Amino acid sequence: MDKKDLKKRTVTTPDGKKIEVDPMKDYFSQAKPKIHKPGKTVFEKFLDWARAESLWILGFGTGCGAIEMRPLMTPRFDAFRYGIQWRPTPRQSNVFVIAGYLSVKTLKRVIRSYEQMQGPKYVVALGSCTINGGMYWDSYNTINRLDYYLPVDIYIAGCMPRPESLLAGFEELKKLIKQGKGEGANIYAEKFDWYKNNQKQIIKDWDMPDYNW
Amino acid sequence: MKELIKRLEQNFQISNIVWQRENEVFLTVEKTDAVPLITQLNHYESFTHLVIMTAVDWLEAGKFQLTYLLNNNEIKADIGIRVLLDREKAEMKSIHHLWVTAATYQRELHEMFGIDFPGSPRVDEPFILEGWQEIPPYRRDFDTKKYSEKTYFPRPGRSTNDPQEYMKKKLYPEESE
Repeated sequence: MDKKDLKKRTVTTPDGKKIEVDPMKDYFSQAKPKIHKPGKTVFEKFLDWARAESLWILGFGTGCGAIEMRPLMTPRFDAFRYGIQWRPTPRQSNVFVIAGYLSVKTLKRVIRSYEQMQGPKYVVALGSCTINGGMYWDSYNTINRLDYYLPVDIYIAGCMPRPESLLAGFEELKKLIKQGKGEGANIYAEKFDWYKNNQKQIIKDWDMPDYNW
Repeated sequence: MKELIKRLEQNFQISNIVWQRENEVFLTVEKTDAVPLITQLNHYESFTHLVIMTAVDWLEAGKFQLTYLLNNNEIKADIGIRVLLDREKAEMKSIHHLWVTAATYQRELHEMFGIDFPGSPRVDEPFILEGWQEIPPYRRDFDTKKYSEKTYFPRPGRSTNDPQEYMKKKLYPEESE
């Protein structure tokens, strides 16, 4: 989509009426995310178990670490036996694997995708680049620490981590979710202003709605 | 190849000829001569493939050096054409009419070095950096470490070892003290 398509304009509808469309307002919800407090019932525990056993990953390879996800989803390591699978759209997935370094341009897309995912959602940060910048720590275009922009549930250290350590990381994530600690979406809603402020400091040409889901 | 260079020397001001191999040579030409020379190589000498187009920042000399690397698949030869531009208001004629792909190189050079190519398609649009506000990052007077520390919330506690010092201490502890 071109940037000029995002401006306010008049559109003719199929029945001949002329209406004004403001894509930045009409196509997206501007409402802030809400906190959904988890219940303390046994049923909630059952739900947590169900969530932990079906981790659906958004197929979005952001950096070089994405190369480790291919052996993971193919027969050699076969993550499917752990209830982990890859989905093509953010609407169907609940785990976002940030695979390695993030440039500012990618971070913008990552934020949009993350906000479109439905809660409860989890972020797995892969590789040392997401922890402190890794080997790109002094680069002009890659971020240093991911937890300033998105709530991270679990880090998997390494450069790059092997598929085995990814599997171990997912097992840890399952434990966290079963303990009711996978509250990333709520943390994001709670500290929303702080996250937005950090994101806007980095992304200089902010040309999208503040919250787009 | 030697004859080809001789033929070119009749028409153009060529200096600083460096033979890397028998079939690879680098020439330095004047800014005004570069595009006619490349056009002749492309149209009459079958150098039909633009391998790469890149720039070097000679900060101390106050120059940018553009390098066009052309390939001739018939005689399996390469020619590199170097052009020196002034660092202030660096500007060069576009060659996108010869190779469409050159427009992408030129767009990148415009963004990363600030070299302007008037008339090249979409040269002003952001290519990799979106909303960049500093001086172009590949210029050598741009301090990328300082910018990163200022902008990207560095995590404290990071330490680095100079490999030479570190290995010296580890292998020969009595010498280093």
